[in-house]
Amino acid sequence: MSEHTEKTMKPDVLEARIGVFVCHCGSNIAGYLDCEALTKYAATLPRVVYAKNNLYTCSEAGIAEIKNAIEQRGLTRVVVASCSPRTHMPLFKSACAEAGLNPYLFEMANIRDQCSWVHMQQREGAQEKAMDLIRMAVAKAAFLEPQQDIESSLVRKALVIGGGVAGMSAAIAMADVGIDVVLVEKEAELGGLLRRINRLAPKGEKAEDLVRDLVQLVLSKENLKTMLESEVTGVGGVIGNYEVSIRNGNGLEIQEMVGSIVVATGAVPLQPHGLFGYNGQNVITQIELEEKLRSGELNARNVVMIQCVGARSPERTYCSRVCCLTAVKNALYIKEMHPDAHVHILYRDIQMYGAENEKLLWDARGRGVRFDVYDVGRPPVVKEGAVELYRPLMGEVEEIPCDLVILSTPLVAPENTPALANLMRISIDQNNFFLEAHAKLRPLDFATDGIFLCGTARYPATVCEAQAQGLGAASRAETVLFKEKLVASALISQVTDLCDGCGYCVDLCPYNALSLEEYERDGHIYKRNKVDKMLCKGCGVCAATCPKGGVVVCGFTRNQLQAQVDAALEAM
Amino acid sequence: MDVGRHPNINLLAYSEVEKVEGQAGDFRVTVRKKPRYVDESKCTGCGACAEKCPTVTSDEYNLGLGKAKAIYKYFAQGIPSAYTIDATICRNFQPGKKCGICQKVCQAGAIDYKQEAKIFELSVGAIIAATGYDLFDARRIPEYGYGRIRNVITALEFERFLSASGPTHGHVYRVTDLAAQEALPEMEKVCQKAVKGLERYEKQFSMTSDEFYGRYESGEFKGGNEEYDKWAAAVVAARKATAELEVLQKKVESIESAHRLAFIQCVGSRDIRFNKYCSGFCCMHAIKEAIIAREHDRDAQVYIFGMDIRAVGKGFEEYRNRGAKEAGVHYIRSRVAEITEGKNHTPIIWYEDTKERVVRQMPVDLVILSTACQPSASTRRVAELLGIELNEFGFYKTASYPPLDTTRPGIFICGCAHSPMDIPESVAQASSAAARAAQVLAGSGTMRLAS
Repeated sequence: MSEHTEKTMKPDVLEARIGVFVCHCGSNIAGYLDCEALTKYAATLPRVVYAKNNLYTCSEAGIAEIKNAIEQRGLTRVVVASCSPRTHMPLFKSACAEAGLNPYLFEMANIRDQCSWVHMQQREGAQEKAMDLIRMAVAKAAFLEPQQDIESSLVRKALVIGGGVAGMSAAIAMADVGIDVVLVEKEAELGGLLRRINRLAPKGEKAEDLVRDLVQLVLSKENLKTMLESEVTGVGGVIGNYEVSIRNGNGLEIQEMVGSIVVATGAVPLQPHGLFGYNGQNVITQIELEEKLRSGELNARNVVMIQCVGARSPERTYCSRVCCLTAVKNALYIKEMHPDAHVHILYRDIQMYGAENEKLLWDARGRGVRFDVYDVGRPPVVKEGAVELYRPLMGEVEEIPCDLVILSTPLVAPENTPALANLMRISIDQNNFFLEAHAKLRPLDFATDGIFLCGTARYPATVCEAQAQGLGAASRAETVLFKEKLVASALISQVTDLCDGCGYCVDLCPYNALSLEEYERDGHIYKRNKVDKMLCKGCGVCAATCPKGGVVVCGFTRNQLQAQVDAALEAM
Repeated sequence: MDVGRHPNINLLAYSEVEKVEGQAGDFRVTVRKKPRYVDESKCTGCGACAEKCPTVTSDEYNLGLGKAKAIYKYFAQGIPSAYTIDATICRNFQPGKKCGICQKVCQAGAIDYKQEAKIFELSVGAIIAATGYDLFDARRIPEYGYGRIRNVITALEFERFLSASGPTHGHVYRVTDLAAQEALPEMEKVCQKAVKGLERYEKQFSMTSDEFYGRYESGEFKGGNEEYDKWAAAVVAARKATAELEVLQKKVESIESAHRLAFIQCVGSRDIRFNKYCSGFCCMHAIKEAIIAREHDRDAQVYIFGMDIRAVGKGFEEYRNRGAKEAGVHYIRSRVAEITEGKNHTPIIWYEDTKERVVRQMPVDLVILSTACQPSASTRRVAELLGIELNEFGFYKTASYPPLDTTRPGIFICGCAHSPMDIPESVAQASSAAARAAQVLAGSGTMRLAS
């Protein structure tokens, strides 16, 4: 500790009574480090009044030792040198609390994952590093300040945006477990894209039956309020207490308070204007074909389907997941209507993933549907009465006669997606689909707490997948809404007197937790930063950005980090 | 870890369901908790027991590529973080044998050789079966040579090679080269012992072995002391061992990581002989493994042989393009006919180049088989236990809508027990199954529609 810092210390820092517990973790630490020597060393550090090594600090005996030492030795700070805070910090903090010490007066040095485990072959260096880590933790501990967890109440009500299969499934699931739900649909009818579909792959149920059943369920729930021809126009607040403005069918603005939001705004099929001679007459899209199949007005006998129209291309890089399945399904229905019809599918990769889908492909082949790969560098050409297919195998162009061309176009994000994302302060990806918090582990969550995602608003999905995701998003929202209260860590940003309201930090905050507020002093109006305690995650971007110390993160304040850095450099 | 720490989750590891009675909203489930011979509440997972355990076996988690002990933790991050004794190999459980070392070294006093299975009943409203899947046994396709050609491995084995905590610490070697590396220390020991064995004679007769052997060869010590003959034999043995060691050392020194890698897709999937369906996730893990292999080794050349590359998830098509662009992955549209073994254990891939319409062969360092996702071996038994039906593929049968309902109300499934799927899909489905279970618990169940 440099002399300068020592002089400027507050009394509670100077008088801190620190206890250090060095854990052997069986052989995990003690097998590579000399824990007894570390304990002796810890006892020599400033303000350390007690140091003890134990076999397992996390065992009952170890926890009891921490509690006893707090009570009997009058410890005002506790440092445990052991494993990862991710696994054991909550346990040690609660031990402090049980012994009457504010749990935020606890600090951890990770001498296992970050030392003994990674330096097994370099014992001497590892021992020195462990000493450094302990010295740094002790130095910081002196500057820790007591904090209180942040608690907030919540409204047990959910908003579902979008009344397609995903949104309806989510709304029904939540209503069933006793949550009040507001379901907002911009069209005059529920059902979304499903209303335009004929039959469902792979089993062939009628889409209209599913729509009817789902709508009936939605309407039967007393605690589910459906708003048709309505749109969300404003979203304020945070998890547990979102203030939502909705413009209803009569043009009136309605306010709702909800604890959680499920986004199920769906996707739309791309209209392929200018691609492959699309004309809506004899060159149509799969969704237009669905409508023909539904009404039974299909007379074509020679049908050619072209896959990946407007997808997997430089301007739209993604694969739309469901179009191959749709094409094969529709090919089978055409064969069912007209067994003598020729159906020819031109594809790049036939994406019949999973168990049931691949079976449809076998069935289609068995029924005489023809499949041919086309070269993306030389795609098929649609002409009057025929499609020209270049066959790389033979180096020849084959003319496939046809009276109907079906273009398989991708599902694309609705136009208003960016605006809606902006409204809710949630992210979208490069294709304008909503962006989940984690591609693998949190596919239905947003990074913004309390808002969830499902269906084709996330990425193209089958009806079955969309429904499963709707249910999934409901259960994610339930994990929030079934809490008695929301509790957040106090280790978040705090505005200091040095803030002059420049607003640099506001734009950079990844959680939208910061805003500027006006306040009056000596008859003048000033601006300063304001932290939303439920939104802030304590990431520290603001503190790192602020040129004047106007915002700090509790638990990572300048003097705490300075003490840690000074302690680190002391060894040099 | 989140599961282990959650206050509302009672984790019953190493346990099996024995009986299910009752109905949706009111199931009674009999569970058998198998004895692990370690007290979970006391074990701290320190690993002192496994360190000292004298019984070595192959490491199941690393697919036999590494070593494990009779007291083991399946993998480092497992929850609960407790060890288990494999009673089928532990000395203490073998008739007429004794050990007790782990009990002695365990400072937590957690070892309990007398632990018995516990049977108890749970009362639950809904059941979710997330029993996962098994991988197709590649030996069933003899023309691919798995199990016979040593440098043909499965994708899961390759995953362990790529893992920093795996048996090769993330380096990719040919299996045959790895065997040579492993044999080296043993060979060194043998050689050392043979050379050391000569010292006794050298002392006894005050002569170097080389000098002695030269003279012995010229017939100087013939018919004399029996010890001379023994010494001569020992010299021959030591020279042979030294020569063998040198050969092995040279071989090991010249070992390079495996540069030419070939992935064979649809091994056991999309194949009428085995599973007609597509396993869904293998194209993506092949691409991922190819990219990682290339990150580890800039000289890696990776070929993926498949009928279609099914990159159908969010960001997957982009990932596939990245594989080609950044990792130089060659996607070859082909169904591989056969793999043979060439000189120096080199696997040779025989395939039809569908663009040129010719049969080609390609020698590579390692062949990686993307094996199919199959219903787990216990699926049929679990289905009988739960009273639910299976579908034509052997997975649990579900309604289309709602998609995770089995044929028995109150019982739901998710993940690869449903059908092959990737991680995001599995995670999303798990949440859906939870929502369905919550509906049942809330006394509704009205989501069940006529199918």
